[in-house]
Amino acid sequence: MEFKEKLLSSYLAFEEGLDLSDSVHKTRAKALKIFEEKGFPTKKDEAWKYTSLASLISQDYSLFPKSEATIELKDVRKYFLYDTDTYKVIFIDGVYSPFLSNTTHDGLDVCLMSAALIKPKYRKLINAYFNKMAPQDDSLTALNTSYAKEGAFIYIPKSTVAEKPIEIIHFSSGNENALWLQPRNLIVVDQNAQVQIIERHQSLKEHPVVTNSVSEIYLHKDSFLDYYKLQNDLPSASLIDSTYIHQEKNSHASVHTFSLGGKLIRNNLNYFHKGEHALSTLKGVTILEGKQHVDHSTLVHHAQPNCESHQDYKSIFSNRSEGVFNGKILVDKIAQKTNAFQQNNNILIDDNATVNTKPQLEIFADDVKCSHGCTIGQLNEEVLFYMRSRGIPEKEAKALMTYAFANNVLDSVQLPSLKKRINQQIANKLGVNLGFEL
Amino acid sequence: MAYTEEELKKELETKEYEYGFYTDIESDTFPIGLSEDIVRRISEKKEEPEWMTQWRLDAYESWVKMEEPDWANVKYKKPDLQAISYYSAPKKKAKYDSLDQVDPELLETFNKLGISIDEQKKLSGVAVDIVIDSVSVATTFRDTLAKKGIIFCPISEAIKEYPELVKKYIGSVIPPKDNYYAGLNSAVFTDGSFCYIPKGVRCPMELSTYFRINQAGTGQFERTLVIADEGSYVSYLEGCTAPSRDENQLHAAVVELIALDDAEIKYSTVQNWYPGNKEGKGGVFNFVTKRGICHNRSKISWTQVETGSAVTWKYPSCILKGDHSIGEFYSIAVTNNYQQADTGTKMIHLGKNTRSTIISKGISAGQSQNSYRGLVKVGARAKNARNFSQCDSLLMGNDCGAHTFPYIEAKSNSAQIEHEATTSKIGEEQIFYCNQRGIDTEKAIALIVNGFSKEVLNKLPMEFAVEAQKLLEISLEGSVG
Repeated sequence: MEFKEKLLSSYLAFEEGLDLSDSVHKTRAKALKIFEEKGFPTKKDEAWKYTSLASLISQDYSLFPKSEATIELKDVRKYFLYDTDTYKVIFIDGVYSPFLSNTTHDGLDVCLMSAALIKPKYRKLINAYFNKMAPQDDSLTALNTSYAKEGAFIYIPKSTVAEKPIEIIHFSSGNENALWLQPRNLIVVDQNAQVQIIERHQSLKEHPVVTNSVSEIYLHKDSFLDYYKLQNDLPSASLIDSTYIHQEKNSHASVHTFSLGGKLIRNNLNYFHKGEHALSTLKGVTILEGKQHVDHSTLVHHAQPNCESHQDYKSIFSNRSEGVFNGKILVDKIAQKTNAFQQNNNILIDDNATVNTKPQLEIFADDVKCSHGCTIGQLNEEVLFYMRSRGIPEKEAKALMTYAFANNVLDSVQLPSLKKRINQQIANKLGVNLGFEL
Repeated sequence: MAYTEEELKKELETKEYEYGFYTDIESDTFPIGLSEDIVRRISEKKEEPEWMTQWRLDAYESWVKMEEPDWANVKYKKPDLQAISYYSAPKKKAKYDSLDQVDPELLETFNKLGISIDEQKKLSGVAVDIVIDSVSVATTFRDTLAKKGIIFCPISEAIKEYPELVKKYIGSVIPPKDNYYAGLNSAVFTDGSFCYIPKGVRCPMELSTYFRINQAGTGQFERTLVIADEGSYVSYLEGCTAPSRDENQLHAAVVELIALDDAEIKYSTVQNWYPGNKEGKGGVFNFVTKRGICHNRSKISWTQVETGSAVTWKYPSCILKGDHSIGEFYSIAVTNNYQQADTGTKMIHLGKNTRSTIISKGISAGQSQNSYRGLVKVGARAKNARNFSQCDSLLMGNDCGAHTFPYIEAKSNSAQIEHEATTSKIGEEQIFYCNQRGIDTEKAIALIVNGFSKEVLNKLPMEFAVEAQKLLEISLEGSVG
């Protein structure tokens, strides 16, 4: 049986125990129809020209884990940013783990999507935001919507600053042979509120796992979001991550994506400007080896005047790894005085590595400043020579240079301990002994 | 010459097409529609050998199975290919040895086009092949060229006189199955230019072709084949015009360039097909396939100035097959009123140490849409491939759009690829800077627009630069110079 068929036929099992007359479920059922009609994207779709899901969906996955997995804290502690000082929403094989998590309803809501979807208290928020930002015609997002049940639900009320960063972590235990996960997150940051979020997907054992994750984020006037995506999974894990961010007037949203490991990673990062003076930042570091594949697909839709966006993606590819960057800046006719910048730099270390990049500008307003730059190249020979002539061995010199290349994206990371950790990870990945504490 | 931006915009909107005259030349036109029979009749009319007829029929057969592509960023009503005539030729004698035999009305046409053949003969030494409604009507300077061994003639003659050359190279760069319009062209092309430069010969003059669609309800399907043998050099010019008509006319040409070892081809186009009127009615659909192949140490350089056509859909490309070969693309695309252009290039690096440069300038005004779409592909064997691309867009007015779709695919770790694109209007700061230094606003705008397109204009051969400047002035008059 094809996996698509399985997704469709397993739907009855999913519906068991759900309130089928509920409006949320009607949304789900509608989304399933869209997925049924469209199916998985293929290489014939322009947006998936360079990334094929064929090898992923030719396998079979279980959709609902059979046994409840337990994980010892000591096994996973290393994946946490801090032991205590964060809110944590933690899932194991898609199931919420109350033991590892640290949620709150005190002043702000950091809790579960499953609870938010049912409890009357959240009904107003769910009606206003759930599946409102995501485009209705995207087949993978529709698939996620149709099975949307669990994930993180975060609501930061007006003029509230989340004191502690929030960590959303999805573990896959490896109890199942192969697992297909579909977490759904909803984050609403009300007027003048601030929040920092770290999202991570981690498998604990080598086994095929595919995560088709969708996050909807709504930023009200003057709000502030600082979001970090850590993608340093085992080479057996794949991730399709779709994030949709709506920005009201004066809001700031910054997303950093660190893609350091995984089999296939596809990041769909979409920004929609709904008010003036919104500021968007998209940054990414990608360091790949083996046969890994990363596809960054970004869209910044400038629909209001006086907004700004900055994109900076740096990537390093070794062995047979493959990278795709597909960045799109769309400026509507009314979005005058837009400043939009996009930068994508790639280094190919080995001859079998591949980069396909397509930075696009679509501009309908005349008073704008938009630019994109894209390079594919190697390490500068002269710099390398300079370092070697001063006694630094070639291997280390190269490692230092690649490290420096990737490192400057980290300047804008706001969490010191996260910055330190990623710095260390990048250094380890490139085999650089920094020789000093960061 | 003193214009403000407002005035310039107004001028752009109201500027009528200067070349919109229709020459009343009696012509021999086929009934409308396309079928295998029509393809056969075209071939028969051109007195073609059997292999050519077969080649056309094969092309027709594969074309029938193809579908019209719709991925380009342009919107238009697809032309009804059964509603146009595939053969239209001036009725009088087909061949001319000297200008005296040419229909005086036709000569009048050329004068209106601003290309007095006589004058060009004397002053610039440009050899011209003129194609009206896809039939070649005049080729000048043939004798002078023949002395050097250069063949420059209508392709219909070349098929008869140099079948071995045509047979070897036609369709070798752009096979009939390449795309919808190339397939259509291969089946029904009626004429075009053929050029062969022998080994080690440097063509002493610019070769030039002028295309003009004259008859209503005809499509122009011409085919150009340029072969530069080892160590030779040629500079080739192409110009296009059409009368103003309400309905859309179709132009689907194919240009193939072959640069053998150490050869160099410079191909320049000034395209000024009728762009339609202010309301976006009429105009030419320009769906052209142009591609060149570079062998070892050879060079192909495309330069284009695109000011006309209602819809342009065109990607002059280079296949850098040989080691150390070079591909260049310089383009200015100006769109105004309701014009749409989706143009760019493909640079396919296959050989070692290959280099390519892409400079593309887009200027959009009125309600027009201007897109750059390009591909830079570096194969795994293309060691030390080098590419530099730059796409700049200038927007004038609030209703137009500028888009860039660059595709970059690299499979070699020694490749160096740089791409940059900017979109802007004329900056207030730039104008302020000029004002500060005593240059008034009108003059400042003129300077900036001029500077914006200069990089590409400079690449045009001298003889053509004047005319290109003139055409650009139609769209951007006042701001230039």
